[in-house]
Amino acid sequence: MNGKGQERIVKKKRLEPSRLVEEHKGSSGPYRIPRNQVFQDHRKFGFSNIMLVLVILFLFMPLFVVITYSFNATRGMRWNGFSLVWYEKLFFDSKELWRAFGNSFIIAITSSLVATILGSLAAVGIKWYKFKSRAYIQTVSFLPMVLPEVIIGISMLIFFTAVRIPLGMFTIFVAHTTFNLPFVFLLVSARLDEFDFSIIEAARDLGATEMQTLVKVIIPSIMPGVMSGMLMAVTMSLEDFVITFFVSGPGSATLPLYVYSMIRYGVSPVINALSLVLILGIMLIALLFRRFLKTIAASS
Amino acid sequence: MNTHHLQERRGRRLGITYSAPMGLWLTVFFLVPLGIIILYSFLKKGLYGGVEWEFTLSAYQQMFNPNFMRVLFRTLWVATLATCFTILLALPCGYAMARSRNQVLWLALVIVPFWTNSLIRIYAWIAILSSEGFVNEALKAIGLISESLPLIYNQGAVITVLIYMYIPFAILPLFTTIDKFDFQLLEAARDLGATKAESIVKVLLPNIRSGIITALIFTFIPIFGAYTVPLLVGGKDSYLIGNIIVDQVTKTRNWPLASAFSLVLTVLSTIGVIWMMTSNASEKARQKSVVQVADTNGGLS
Repeated sequence: MNGKGQERIVKKKRLEPSRLVEEHKGSSGPYRIPRNQVFQDHRKFGFSNIMLVLVILFLFMPLFVVITYSFNATRGMRWNGFSLVWYEKLFFDSKELWRAFGNSFIIAITSSLVATILGSLAAVGIKWYKFKSRAYIQTVSFLPMVLPEVIIGISMLIFFTAVRIPLGMFTIFVAHTTFNLPFVFLLVSARLDEFDFSIIEAARDLGATEMQTLVKVIIPSIMPGVMSGMLMAVTMSLEDFVITFFVSGPGSATLPLYVYSMIRYGVSPVINALSLVLILGIMLIALLFRRFLKTIAASS
Repeated sequence: MNTHHLQERRGRRLGITYSAPMGLWLTVFFLVPLGIIILYSFLKKGLYGGVEWEFTLSAYQQMFNPNFMRVLFRTLWVATLATCFTILLALPCGYAMARSRNQVLWLALVIVPFWTNSLIRIYAWIAILSSEGFVNEALKAIGLISESLPLIYNQGAVITVLIYMYIPFAILPLFTTIDKFDFQLLEAARDLGATKAESIVKVLLPNIRSGIITALIFTFIPIFGAYTVPLLVGGKDSYLIGNIIVDQVTKTRNWPLASAFSLVLTVLSTIGVIWMMTSNASEKARQKSVVQVADTNGGLS
């Protein structure tokens, strides 16, 4: 057992101030904590809680407006009665949009798969072994996360032009894998920090080969990290506009690129309808993967 | 100790085998392109985009064009302002989330808009702020105004939407750090006679310093390089450095100049990252010594 694991157990057992109060309520024991002192920073309507609610409202308000107006009977932001006409248009009369959606989907799946495999392997290599180029790989995996997207996009555009790779689905795939890799690497590394090495020793002692240890012991136990990395990669790939904008070619428009071409001409009710569909999709993903949300928060 | 054992037994070859694919990928598709940008920034502009192989510093001289300098200072100003607001709003949010019993619910509420396509979110603001947008139409409907207010295509709109876009980037690392913070320290500070404000400034903030710096970096750098927000909700006079860079690539086709600007941004980001990493390292060292925490508390009364 390493030190970190023990620390966590201790933390879980630590009594929360509110629980302390509940336990000592009514008892006149020596450890009774005056109620007002404990709750001073923990009031339901304290400053920080009010701020949190306001910020959440701020985050959702624009989305609510757009969703509401997706049911508007007419174009524009003047309410003219309820209608599903824009949903009909979205689902039955937006071939190009769905083609772009398909492209986004293909890129998201392929790039996140490759990024997950390469990133997870690298995390295992870096965390468990010491070798010369370790620091180099760690640095090079960190920078893409913090460089402004514009720079990554432009440098890739210039690179692909210089080596004469035609822009299209392949270049988008390469670009997305590149910006996804560091996130997967980071998430899996974090998971490996909590890893109990004795199970590898045990596997080796019981005669497992390197390959068997990897497939039957290591991979299953780092799976939560791998899954959150992959989830992160898929969402970032579906979301990306700036980098894709530079490395896409004719016929390879992804959904964000398509949305961009539409909103340049002002308010579009079909995009309103699309917003609701996308937000529902994301809510579903967040619900399905709610176990990983905390890990993901820690990485971004 | 176990780790050491393992390393000894299986040597370094396996480590390299595991890490090489990612290392190679990032070298070829991230470092080499960056290298090309550095190279191009010292070359002469080609006639139709591209470069001519002739060494020159003209790209760097062009950067000092007063127009560009104005945009650069505007970008600094907008990024600083937006980052300050973002952090100030995000701090209480991270704190409230960390103390909440429904952490996952709040996380989901922050993450869902964050994962929603960035263009959809910018578009939503266009639908709200534009001259025939939600706010103007609503105000007209109640008869408060007869002419549309100029709510969009100005610096205020750019800053508002930038805060909107990047606040989750600040909330998430702040939440993660505050979640690890031992809240009993706050109570201890209060017991020792600190006021509420004192306990926050002298105990909470120093202990979550690394989270604040991470939040700063992850909002300031992307805002500094923002491109889509000023393009879509800003006017010509709220263009930022990101827009200049993209225009140099797509419109004027001055690749060396775009490269030079990118290089400046890269150097800036790298400095920020190094700052973040060193402060994180010192934070870890700090956490190890409990004595120091006691000192902080003792210094209050």
